Formats: sequence, C-alpha cells, structure tokens
Amino acid sequence: MALNHLNLTVKIHPVVLFQIVDAYERRNADSHRVIGTLLGSSDKGIVEVTNCFCVPHKEYADQVEAELSYAMDVYDLNRRVNSSENIVGWWATGNEVTNHSSVIHEYYSRECNNPVHVTLDTSLQGSRMGLKAYVCVSLGVPSGKQGCMFTPIPVEISCYDPEVYGLQLCSKTMSTGAARGRNVQPMLDIAQVSEAGSKMSVLLEQVLTYVEDVLANRVPADNAVGRSLLDLVNSVPHMSNEQFSEMFNSNVKDLLMVVTLSQLLKTQLQLNEKLTLLTSV
Amino acid sequence: MATRGGPSRRVPENDSTIAYVQADGLAVMKIVKHCHEEAASNMDIAQGALLGLVVDNRLEITNCFPFPKHTDDTMDEEEYQLAMMRRLRRVNVDHFHVGWYQSADVGNFLSLPLLESQYHYQTSIEESVVVIYDSQKSSRGFLTLKAYRLTQQAIEMYKEGEFTPETLLKLKVGFENLFVEVPFVIKNSALTNIMMSELAEMVPEEQGSKFLDLGTASVLEGQLRCLMDRVDELNQEAIKFNRYQQLVSRQQQDKHRWLQKRSQENAARAAKDELPLPEEDVNKLFRPHPVPPRLNPMIIAGQINTYSQHISQFCSQSLAKLYITQALQNAKESKTTI
Repeated sequence: MALNHLNLTVKIHPVVLFQIVDAYERRNADSHRVIGTLLGSSDKGIVEVTNCFCVPHKEYADQVEAELSYAMDVYDLNRRVNSSENIVGWWATGNEVTNHSSVIHEYYSRECNNPVHVTLDTSLQGSRMGLKAYVCVSLGVPSGKQGCMFTPIPVEISCYDPEVYGLQLCSKTMSTGAARGRNVQPMLDIAQVSEAGSKMSVLLEQVLTYVEDVLANRVPADNAVGRSLLDLVNSVPHMSNEQFSEMFNSNVKDLLMVVTLSQLLKTQLQLNEKLTLLTSV
Repeated sequence: MATRGGPSRRVPENDSTIAYVQADGLAVMKIVKHCHEEAASNMDIAQGALLGLVVDNRLEITNCFPFPKHTDDTMDEEEYQLAMMRRLRRVNVDHFHVGWYQSADVGNFLSLPLLESQYHYQTSIEESVVVIYDSQKSSRGFLTLKAYRLTQQAIEMYKEGEFTPETLLKLKVGFENLFVEVPFVIKNSALTNIMMSELAEMVPEEQGSKFLDLGTASVLEGQLRCLMDRVDELNQEAIKFNRYQQLVSRQQQDKHRWLQKRSQENAARAAKDELPLPEEDVNKLFRPHPVPPRLNPMIIAGQINTYSQHISQFCSQSLAKLYITQALQNAKESKTTI
C-alpha cells in the first residue's frame, strides 16, 4: 500500500486543545465522549489546525446522532470572522477509535477532502493525556469489499509567538504541591526579565556541573555536547572592554533620558489637570 | 479570594461590585489568537465578546468569541451575537455576556468609541469590563491583558452629555478618574493543567525567549513618535482653550464698557429730561461663545499618560537586560585576565 502519498503531518495550535478540554468538562451528564469540528488550513501535506468547536451528539449502541445543521451554522458564523479557516477534520475525546467514529468520519469526508481525526485522551489512560491523529485509508481487495482503516499520522504543536507567551503564563497555574491550581497574574515586565535571568543562571549552573563532571572523569565526554558548548561560549560577542562600556553607557544614557522625559510628561499632565479644574471660565 | 472578617459593605469609592477578574486559560488563548491573527493580516482592531458569570466579588470569564468586522453587512451584529450565544448555549457554555475585549497598540485604546461602548455596556450590565490586549507588547514577549471599568464619576459625566469645564469640576473628573483597572487573574482547571503539562513537552524550549532581545531602539523610536503626536494634539487643544478664554474675557470687558456707556448716556439724558434709552438685552448683543468640550483633551491626556507609563516600564526592563549583559561581559573579562 503506497502510504507515501499520505505524508500528512498535523500541526495543532494550543487553543484547539484548550477548547477540547473545556468542551469535555462541560459535557452533558450522560455523554462519555464529546466530538466537534476542526478548522484550519491544509497545504502541501501539512494540516494546520487553528480553531475548533464542539458539536452536540448522542451515541447509542448501534447508531450515532450528531447535529449536523448546528455544525454548519457555527461554521458559517465562524467564517464571518475568519474567512480563511476551513473544515479540515474532526476531533473526539477518549482513547480509541470506535465504530461510531467511522460513521462520523464518513460525514466529514463529505465536507472536506481527506479529513483528519484527532483524539485527545481525557480519560487519562496510562496516566497521560494522549494526543493522536488519524486519517482514513481505504483498504481492501479491488473486487471485494472495501473498508477503511484509521492510520495514525504524526502530530506536532505549533504556536504563534504570542501564543507561546500565553501558554507560558498559563502554565504557571500548575503548581507542584497544591491540589488546586493557583491563580496567576500577567506579570510586570521587570518581573519577567528577572525570572528569565534566574532561569538562565540555573541553566548555566547545570552546564557548569556537567563540564566539571567531565573534567573530573565522572561522566564520559560527549563530542557533540562539547562542540555545542564551544559554540555557546563563542556566541558571546567579542568586544573589547572599551567598546562594550561605550555601547553600554550610551544605551543607558538614552534610556535614562527617555525615562526622565516620560516622568516629566506625567507630572506636567497632572499639573495641567489640577489647573484646569481650578480655573472657572 | 480574600475574605475580610465582617460585612464587606465597605464599598470602594466607585461603588464597584467587582474586586477582580478571573479568566480561564481558554478565554486568554482565544483572545491571543484572534488579536494576533487580526494584527497579522490587517491592522484593524480586533473586538469580541466575553462570556462568563459573576461569583461573589469576582467576575469569571470562561469563554469568548470574536466579532466580525464592520465591513460585512450581510447579518446584523446583534443577530450574530445572539446566534453565537444560542449555539454556545447548546454546548453548555456560560451564556451570560459579561463584557467585551479589544486589541490595542500600546496605549492608544482610550478613545471616544471605547468610552461610549463601555458606557452602554456598564449601564445595561452592571459588572461588565473591557479587557484590553496589547498586541505590540505581547508579540515582543510580555503578555499584557488588562481589565478596565468606567468609574462612577465617568458614568455620571457621560449621562450629563456635556463636557464643559464646570461639569468636570463639579464631578471631579480628570483623565485619571475615567477608568479604573481591575486586577486580572488567570486560573485553569485541573484537566487543563494536565493538558498543558503534555503540551510543555511538545513545545520546543527555545521558543518564548524573544523578550530577552536587546534591540530596543526601533521600538522606542516608534513609541516616542506616537507620544510626540499625542503631545502635539494636546497642545492644539490647549491653544484652543486658551483662545476661548481670551475671547470670553474680552467679551466681558466689552460688556462692561457697553453697560457703562449705557448708564452714562442714561444719566446724561435724565439730566436733560429725556426718556432713557430702552433697556436692551445685554446677552443678545454679546452672544456667549460656545465652550469647547473638554472630553477630547481629557482622552488625549489619558493616552499620553498610558504612553509615558509604558515607555518608562519599557526603559526599565531594557536597563535590566543591559545590566545582565554587563554581568556577562564582566565575567568574560575576569576569565580572560586570569
């Protein structure tokens, strides 16, 4: 079976996963599984999923009911906001691909070309929330019965830059000891820089201990690591002392001057306010 | 959530029932995605609605959805909102409309349309907030989400509808009292935390350190230029106001002179036993000049204030970064001199 035409990779944005977890948490009391539509764009073997929404459905022993008109409605509403997002597949929570999945998949293959099926294991089998993606590959003997099989394809996470920062901020709500998550506030700039500084010093500590271990022959030396360490050290720009202090001082002077000016502006504004409130026409 | 012992009837001066805003990670990520996509494609402002509920003294935001742009007129905006909320209701999302969000470029979100919209929202829904997402700062690495509400004085001033200096003086409204910032907190459920720990393994570590970039000149230039524009505008408004004041004082002087002349003439005529001249309405002769509304300069002053605050914050963090590099350089120096 020529699977090389299926060099599909799925790139998912974090928003989609947040949405899936939220939909699962808000499901009706009698549903075990939630399904929904994936939106995004598909290009040259890479399917990029940027959005999704939940579709109400009910599963019985031998059949599935899903509100397809609802799905079309929400898709239309979404197109008004973002016209570049198309249906690229569908998602479901849970660990496995069931019979019902193939029925739903058939519906989605009418909506789009080669839909992708993503599962997020919210039941936490094997203590992990597994994220898997599948496409449906038809198989069977040409003259005999045709069937289809869900084949796994690789999944990656891709983010816009601000999404990465958002994710980093949100991940601070995870705390190691507490049973419930903490609250987190968007941080002040300086706090973030200082945190990065301490992170950097921790990383440097790790590197130093590794180097010392290697020198004391406690750990076997690894050439690749050594070479990347050399790159690291050389990446600090070579500047003589005078050059550096010149650059440093001029930058510091500029920044301090701007700070003074902006504080001056603020004081003047406040003074102006007081004066205008004092005067009467 | 801090619980003060005893009744919390001690209301802060702006009578706010909301102590802080708590958002779900989902709402935050959706706002980030929408505003980023809008900023990337066209520099329009992205707007959307916030959904959630009010619990005790906090406003919880559990979901949000974006608004379509105004150029599209096929469906009414109201209809879109209602349709969207009805759909979300079917999947058990909170459908209480608690506010709206908007993207902004550093400080310039304070504008007349914003004031109007927030005024309408706050009068119809008591606890609504507007969340501002700063697209420029967030793309450079500092996720900035702030929640604002109009103060009580601002609402009263808006109700009056006129913005003369007298009204402002009476209500004690300055550019600092227009909006009050509400603390913004992010909280996630346990399942979301699990999902994020999975994600953390999949997202490469090097991403997300762009804010350590030392190149500050371009950003600073842009911000200073915007600041200069605003200051120019404020200057124009101040000149207008001064001109108005001069006109009024000159008018007063003219009135005085006219009245004096009148009384002198009347006295002269009375001395000659003639009828005094009829009393004319002073005000009809000297029409009062219209007072220039003070709302615009107040908004501009607010914008300048936000700009200067942002700039000083930006400078302070750039200074911090510079000092870090100095430490590195010093370390390098001491290594080479050994």
